Amino acid sequence: MSATTTNLNNKANGNSAPPVRKRNSLAKGKLPKWAIWAIAAGSIVLGAAASTLTGFNVASFAIYSAIIFLIAASVITTVVEGKRRGKNAMWTYLIYAAFIVALIPLASVLYTVLQKGLPGINSHFLFSSMNGVTGAVDNQTVANGEPVIGGAYHAVMGTLLITLWATLISVPVGMLTAVYLVEYGQGKALSKAITFFVDVMTGIPSIVAGLFAAALFGIILGPNARMGIVAAVALSVLMIPTVVRSTEEMLKIVPNELREASFALGVRRWRTILKVVIPTAISGIASGVTLAIARVIGETAPILVTAGIASNINLNVFANWMSTLPTFIYYQILTPTSPTNVDPSVQRAWAAALLLILMVMALNLIARLVASIFAPKKGR
Amino acid sequence: MAKRIDVNDLNVYYSKFLAVEGVSINIEPKSVTAFIGPSGCGKSTFLRTLNRMHEVIPGGRVEGQVLLDGDDLYGAGVDPVTVRSQIGMVFQRPNPFPTMSIKDNVLAGVKLNGTKISRSDADDLVEKSLRGANLWNEVKDRLDKPGSGLSGGQQQRLCIARTIAVKPDVILMDEPCSALDPISTLAIEDLINELKSDYTVVIVTHNMQQAARVSDKTAFFNIAGTGKPGKLIEFNDTTAIFSNPEQKATEDYVSGRFG
Repeated sequence: MSATTTNLNNKANGNSAPPVRKRNSLAKGKLPKWAIWAIAAGSIVLGAAASTLTGFNVASFAIYSAIIFLIAASVITTVVEGKRRGKNAMWTYLIYAAFIVALIPLASVLYTVLQKGLPGINSHFLFSSMNGVTGAVDNQTVANGEPVIGGAYHAVMGTLLITLWATLISVPVGMLTAVYLVEYGQGKALSKAITFFVDVMTGIPSIVAGLFAAALFGIILGPNARMGIVAAVALSVLMIPTVVRSTEEMLKIVPNELREASFALGVRRWRTILKVVIPTAISGIASGVTLAIARVIGETAPILVTAGIASNINLNVFANWMSTLPTFIYYQILTPTSPTNVDPSVQRAWAAALLLILMVMALNLIARLVASIFAPKKGR
Repeated sequence: MAKRIDVNDLNVYYSKFLAVEGVSINIEPKSVTAFIGPSGCGKSTFLRTLNRMHEVIPGGRVEGQVLLDGDDLYGAGVDPVTVRSQIGMVFQRPNPFPTMSIKDNVLAGVKLNGTKISRSDADDLVEKSLRGANLWNEVKDRLDKPGSGLSGGQQQRLCIARTIAVKPDVILMDEPCSALDPISTLAIEDLINELKSDYTVVIVTHNMQQAARVSDKTAFFNIAGTGKPGKLIEFNDTTAIFSNPEQKATEDYVSGRFG
């Protein structure tokens, strides 16, 4: 049917169109599309065989198959399509391999935490603390086969409050520092010094930040000053450099033309920064801040030395010890509530770990949402 | 509205580097003055000294006088912000604020300064400014859409509308058409001819036909060589510059025999 149409067209055009051929001569010397799947299938078979020779297990099977596939695919491509395409194929598959290798730990962590944490997640776990949960209680629940008693509500609230206060401290300090560095301090000695020390701060081990905050408040309030706000100060020491860096980068990419346009309208510098520069960069700044929060929310060591550990609900960051999810996990694993029956503690720890991951994920999603809400609108 | 500018023996520096030397020029009110000359001869630099935008660049400074109706822009105690609100500027590349709608872009000069303006006054100002920039009919149905969604030529006219919304006495334009197609260029040139009745316009251009089409007077700047300061070679009526220049360098440049 189509051949007839082509013939008719050819006649209509006075046979000027070239005759229809099966293969395009420009596409000569190319592997057909199915070839790569055939190579992959062959590699898997060979990989399985090679793995069986050394005692079959999944890891060696995957590694052998990948190596055989890489070599076979690049060699066959080189032979059929030429040297350049062969190299291209090799690097393409190497990059895919690197991507998969990078994903394995992530997938594995998610799987393990979901598998071990999900059984412990229930409304009792989410909304009650460890107050009054002793080794005897755990022993009894295990002996009677009852559901585990005791939850992480106090730790969730501790995490949220301490991180909130850390954010309240670091965002203004960090943003103002970045504004100074980009808008006022260009080329000045002070700004060079600040940049240097911010870089140094980035490398401060978190336990040192915790000791610093503990020592600082120790001077003011006496040696046993452990409470939420001290932990928040310790975390802000870790957050500030990240906030400064990300805000600085975002302010730097705001085109100078916008500042000049604003100046040329007779707008003062501080108003230009507040109303033009920061709104233009706000989406990047917001996501940078959220990522900085995500980074410190999982800190354990600085919390232990600054806020201690608590099993009851404490919503006041200015008094008494507090727990966060990481310190909760740490304590449940290291010193199980019942030394003879560790299972309830382990279950609580994994459930708390799952909660922590969910919180970080939520933060990342919020960062994306915030970025897209604040991003300069495009459209006609 | 529409003030005159008199420049007396102005030297413009970038830190220690003398970029423009000894310029004296008198720009009449309600006229269009074009600055022409080869790249790097300092015409844009000089233009930016006329509203103190030059000093925004680190190390930028001037010596000499720039008088706006007799008041020295560089006198002691003069706030550059006041100067810039009286002498507006349109840049080479259209640069509407990306976070703002078309309407807010026009009102930017008012709103960014924190001046309170009633809704009806704001609407009037937006319509008047956009009509002044020949853009009203094209955007009146989408004033709340982002300014970055307009075409390049429309964006440039939006920038002009934004500039005239703050009611300046003088409008400086730094190669306003160099990023635009011929039709948009024509629209801007028509606009410059209309703006002349209310404002003093100074325009830097690389396009000599454009200078000939829009300007009443033309100033030719030239540079002796790399690293040497730019100088004002000749300043005269546009017709004289293009048909009967006094200087050999001007004649070479306008006839295309230059360099």
